[in-house]
Amino acid sequence: MGVPGEGLAKGLAVTLKTMTRRSHTQQYPDVQPELPPRSRGVIALLEENCTVCMLCARECPDWCIYIDSHKEEVVVPGAARARQRNVLDRFDIDFSLCMYCGICVEVCPFDALYWSPEFEYAEHDIRDLLHGRQRLGEWMATVPPPPAHDPRGEPAKEETAARKRAGSA
Amino acid sequence: MPDWLETLIRVLAVVAAFLTLPLLVGQAEHKVMAHMQGRLGPMYAGAFHGWAQLVADGVKFVQKEDITPRDADRPVFRLAPVIALLPYLLALLVIPLGPGDLVGQPLDVGLFFVLAVVGIGVVAVLMSAWASANKYSLLGGLRGAAQLLGYELPLVLAAASVAMAAGTLSLTGIVEAWRPWWLLWQAPAAVVFFVAGLAEIRRPPFDMPIADSELVFGYLTEYTGLRFAFFLLAEYVGIVVIAALTTVLFLGGWKGPFGDAHLGWLWTLLKVFAVSFVVIWLRVAYPRLREDQLQRLCWLVLVPLALAQLVLTAAVRVAF
Repeated sequence: MGVPGEGLAKGLAVTLKTMTRRSHTQQYPDVQPELPPRSRGVIALLEENCTVCMLCARECPDWCIYIDSHKEEVVVPGAARARQRNVLDRFDIDFSLCMYCGICVEVCPFDALYWSPEFEYAEHDIRDLLHGRQRLGEWMATVPPPPAHDPRGEPAKEETAARKRAGSA
Repeated sequence: MPDWLETLIRVLAVVAAFLTLPLLVGQAEHKVMAHMQGRLGPMYAGAFHGWAQLVADGVKFVQKEDITPRDADRPVFRLAPVIALLPYLLALLVIPLGPGDLVGQPLDVGLFFVLAVVGIGVVAVLMSAWASANKYSLLGGLRGAAQLLGYELPLVLAAASVAMAAGTLSLTGIVEAWRPWWLLWQAPAAVVFFVAGLAEIRRPPFDMPIADSELVFGYLTEYTGLRFAFFLLAEYVGIVVIAALTTVLFLGGWKGPFGDAHLGWLWTLLKVFAVSFVVIWLRVAYPRLREDQLQRLCWLVLVPLALAQLVLTAAVRVAF
């Protein structure tokens, strides 16, 4: 038990203190929000890196990645026989299904998929949320450079491995 | 200057105050409440920090369809918003803004008149509640009746204390008799008057008759458009009137640190806005009182306090 009316005074103090502080409202359409690093806005595709391994499409939990491809023969001079190469015909991500888990980005072994912080791609028709290869490629321009390594964090796996190799050699 | 012209100017000035002060208070409420909750409040209407929000609201209300429920008691239903609004206009008429003649209509029984007129608000609540033919309205109206009749008593007792101290019922006379040490002497009466006044205008935390989380919107449930806007306006004018009355009765009206003769109106307005700010502040800080807590506060705290204040006032008056 404190002084009677203490709670009442405290209530007044809290509201008054809040009034003197800056409000938390973000005036979004007028002022662009400051997104945290590694924001998941939209998935960008770097087509040159894609080998059509289909890992992303298979790992996607709600199957929203559609990939079509065909094989082409590449004649390498001097080689015994022509090599085969996958050529991408279609790479679509349906953002009306995507749940932004980022598994496709994680799983891609050739760094063909990236997170971009762009989020303003709402559509009037849900079918327009199916981003084709062209559109996904355009998002690449908005992909930020990877954040610097945390100086106090654990060293990268590659660094540790390299150091170990150097030590053992 | 002929008499009729002077009367006309005074009435027009009061009407102007009646139309602008509540809007200022309403806008302040939007903004103060927002910032107390860490928000910004209206930002678009009128381009600069939403200064025209209430004007925009008014325009919106005018455009809305005016609905009278089929089972409603039509004339009573339609008259209620006017009855809610008009008493406050009359009250503003006799509240002095500055020394001497700076008052809409100097009245010897000003205090009596103001209290009587503000009491009409109860009738408006009952009219709207009963005529709406709606159970929520009726419940809200009954709560309102219990609350308003109860709180009328401490309100009048507290006002009587200051009238006794000043030895006059004229509001101008009370301010003239007022001395700074009354702030201490009449402090309990000031608190009682302010709290009872809040309850009289049904402001949160005393908004049990409206209680939007349980009674839809209490006695306002069936109102739309301009009639609803009238009730909302009545609430804001109510804040102005209660703040002005508290200022005039307990805070020394136009008496300020300097230049009372010329700057009196400024001191009065400053005090009115300061008290209005407290009204808004209380709304943000406190949750609604339950019905039994409401009655308990009135009958077991405010009424005894007001009576004790009366005794104190009488004792000091007799002693000096």
